[in-house]
Amino acid sequence: MNRFLLPLAAFALLLVVLIVGLKHAPQKDIIPSPLIGKSAPHFTLPNLLDEGHPVSDDALKGRWSLVNVWGTWCGECRAEHATLLQIKQEARVPIIGIDWRDQDADAKNWLTQLGDPYERVGTDHDGRVAIDWGVYGAPESFLIDPAGTVVYKHVGAMTPQVWQQEFLPRVGAAPAPAAPAPAGSGA
Amino acid sequence: MRPSRFAPALLLSAGLAALGLTASFSASAVDNTPPLPDPQLQQRYFELTHELRCMQCQNEALADSPVSLAADLRLQVRELLLAGQSDDQIRDHMVARYGEFILFRPRMSARNAWLWGAPPVLMLIGLVVAWRVVRTRRRLVGGDDDGGDADDADDGGSPGP
Repeated sequence: MNRFLLPLAAFALLLVVLIVGLKHAPQKDIIPSPLIGKSAPHFTLPNLLDEGHPVSDDALKGRWSLVNVWGTWCGECRAEHATLLQIKQEARVPIIGIDWRDQDADAKNWLTQLGDPYERVGTDHDGRVAIDWGVYGAPESFLIDPAGTVVYKHVGAMTPQVWQQEFLPRVGAAPAPAAPAPAGSGA
Repeated sequence: MRPSRFAPALLLSAGLAALGLTASFSASAVDNTPPLPDPQLQQRYFELTHELRCMQCQNEALADSPVSLAADLRLQVRELLLAGQSDDQIRDHMVARYGEFILFRPRMSARNAWLWGAPPVLMLIGLVVAWRVVRTRRRLVGGDDDGGDADDADDGGSPGP
C-alpha cells in the first residue's frame, strides 16, 4: 500500500495545481496590460470638436475618468456607443475619447448621428498615442484614478454589466440602484 | 500511359513551387517600406520585426502582418533604430506598452524562472526514481538466488554461515 502513497499524493497535488490553474486562467484572448498600476501615458492630441484646446493627460488628473479608444471603422465601437451614452448620463465618470486612426469628418458625423458621450475627444491620426497606451484593438477602455494612475482596462465593447461589475466598484461608488434587481428577478 | 504516370508528380511539384513562390512573395509584400540606410540596421530591423508579435493577429510577427497596427509598430521599430537604441531598449519599449506577450521568445524573469528551471529539476527527479527502481529490481533479482537461504532461515531457523 505504502508504495502507492507517494505517487498518489503527487498525482493529487498535480490535479490540484491544474484545477487551480484552469480556474484562475485569464481569458485566453485578453492580454493583461502592463500599464495597470502605472501612471497614464503622457499625450497631447488635437481636439476633434474644439480646435485650439488640445486634449492631454492633464484631463485625467484630480478626478476619476474613463479613457475610451474608438474609431468609426470599428464595429464593436458602434455596439458600445449606447452604453457610453448611459455612462455619460450617470455623470459619475467623464469619458475622454481617443479617436484612433480615423478621419475627422467621419468622427464628427458619427458623434452627430449617434450622440456624443465624450467630455472631449483627441484625434490620434497616426496611432502613436494608442501605441503608448498599449492599444491593440478598438474599443478599449481604461479607468483612471484621480492621481492619474491606470486602474483597470477593458478590451472590447463596454456593456452595462462590465461597467457595473468591473468599473464602478473600483471607483468606489455604490452600484446603481437597479443593480439588486437581478437577484429578485425570479419573483 | 507513361506520360500520365508522371503528370501528377509534375503537377504536384509545380503546385508546390507556386505555393512556395506566393508564400515568399506575400511575406515580402507586407512590409514594403524602403530598407534602412545602413545594412546592419536593416538586418536588426528584420530580426526585431520578426521576433515581435503583432498584437492584433497574435500568431503573426510584426513583419508578416498586414494590419495597420503592425505597420505603426514597424515604423516605431524603424524610428527607434534610427534614434540609436539598442535591440534590448526597443524590446523594453514594446514590453512596457504591450507586456511580455509581444515577445515571441519569452525572457527569463523572477516570475517565470520556475518554468525554465522545472525541466532539469523534473529530469533529475525522474533519474533518481529510475535509478532507485532499477536498484530495487536488481536486488530482487539477486534476492532470488539468495531466496533459498532466506526461506531456509525462515523455515528452519538454521544458523547462518
